[in-house]
Amino acid sequence: MNPMRTLATTGRVLTQIRNDPRTIALLLIVPSLLIGLVAWIFDETEVFADIGPAMLALFPFIVMFLVTSIATLRERRSGTLERLLSMPLGRGDFILGYTLAFGLLAVVQTAVAVCYATLVCGLEIEGSVGLLFVVAIADALLGTALGLLASAFARTEFQVVQFMPVFVFPQILLGGIFLPRDQLPDVLEVIGDWLPLSHAIDALDAVSTGNEDDAYIWLRVLFIACWIVGAIIVGSLTLRRRTP
Amino acid sequence: MMNKSVEARGLTIRRGRATVIDSLDLDVPRGAIVGLLGPSGSGKTTLMRAIVGVQIVAGGRVQVLGRPAGSADLRHRVGYMTQSASIYEDLSVRANLRYFARVQGAPKTDVDRVLERTDLIGQADQLARTLSGGQANRVSLAAAMLGSPDLLVLDEPTVGLDPVLRNDLWDLFRGLAEEGTTLLVSSHVMDEATRCDRLLLMREGAIIADTTPDDLLAGTGAASAEEAFLDIIERDTAGEGPAGHGRRSGTHLLSQNANGNGRPSHDRRGRGTKEGGRR
Repeated sequence: MNPMRTLATTGRVLTQIRNDPRTIALLLIVPSLLIGLVAWIFDETEVFADIGPAMLALFPFIVMFLVTSIATLRERRSGTLERLLSMPLGRGDFILGYTLAFGLLAVVQTAVAVCYATLVCGLEIEGSVGLLFVVAIADALLGTALGLLASAFARTEFQVVQFMPVFVFPQILLGGIFLPRDQLPDVLEVIGDWLPLSHAIDALDAVSTGNEDDAYIWLRVLFIACWIVGAIIVGSLTLRRRTP
Repeated sequence: MMNKSVEARGLTIRRGRATVIDSLDLDVPRGAIVGLLGPSGSGKTTLMRAIVGVQIVAGGRVQVLGRPAGSADLRHRVGYMTQSASIYEDLSVRANLRYFARVQGAPKTDVDRVLERTDLIGQADQLARTLSGGQANRVSLAAAMLGSPDLLVLDEPTVGLDPVLRNDLWDLFRGLAEEGTTLLVSSHVMDEATRCDRLLLMREGAIIADTTPDDLLAGTGAASAEEAFLDIIERDTAGEGPAGHGRRSGTHLLSQNANGNGRPSHDRRGRGTKEGGRR
């Protein structure tokens, strides 16, 4: 591991994305459009105030999961990953380089989505906006880390897209958006309590209502961070220099 | 030891249940251009990957520049060009090379040096996606040259190039060898054999001849490298008992001839008279 090589990788990934304006536009606009749609659907009700914060948690996670898993798969298939691993690049440089680049993108994406949700859709954030960003970034990094992990098990683009439902949908279903977790059957409640997205949703709820103290939110962020570190470690173990 | 860049002993590689390379020995002298020739599917890429250290090896040992292949300190000293151009399509040529230079730890000025040597100055700011296949291949070669490695492992670097460009590249290889770089170059175009210092002929995971271009032609009496290669294959096949080598059958050879560059029939007669001249 070497900071210069890590940052070189981050810079390279960001340059690749900069050369692809349509991807940038999709990254920045789509979350706001969908949040706007949800706000419109629940126009006459109080529902948006409840699920709006959770939606802010979902987008960075889903988008970064998809972008990372496909980007890594492309590296594997184009032979660039093999070239890099025959060069003095640490596996950690590769993964951290990607994580930093997509983390940075997530900050921008979250900023746009939060501005749109609060200023245009009227979502109220009672708690600290700074903490909201911390949670959203943790969320995006979680998506990046799990995306790296998922790409190790996919050989084709078709497969990697199928991994999204596997990694993402259960977390949405058990995260407390559809039904609060304490009303779930016992087994599902326990599973839901251990999934990282549940804690992101809890933390964003807490930020928007302002009902909990900062320690509650930081504890949730810490839980997500443990998942990120775990996924990165397992992901870097799946990145082998020698392959069959 | 020190005058060898690569030394393999008993190298065995399995893929699934099949043994792709079985107990192979190989020497690549330092500062030479060594051609690794053979039909596609003969195991050239697998052998090269083992030398670079990205191939899982089932047995034997490979020493590169006096160290076990794949050692961390070899990653600065061995340049590898894969068969497909392994570059980022959504980056410019220069951005590609700049990134690989930073990973390699090569100085910034190295990017301009390799651009110039591979004749890519004019394409430097073009996105790699817009390059022709031959140009993309040269970017890949330029990336392998970053940091002036002691050993360059080039997998089919001239495939799909027109004769002029191919000639230019071989001039470049010669220049690099004169500067002290060892080059291991694979090809399935037999005509390129004459540009090498040494030749390794590979077939079905085995090295069937380790020779020089002159000896190859003199030993077989053939007029061209392609003919000589076919000659050696024929003897290699004839010299083996039928048991255990069923897959190296006569029909296989014939189909390989048919896939070649349409050798005229008099070659076949001519070779009959030279039978037994070698080995």
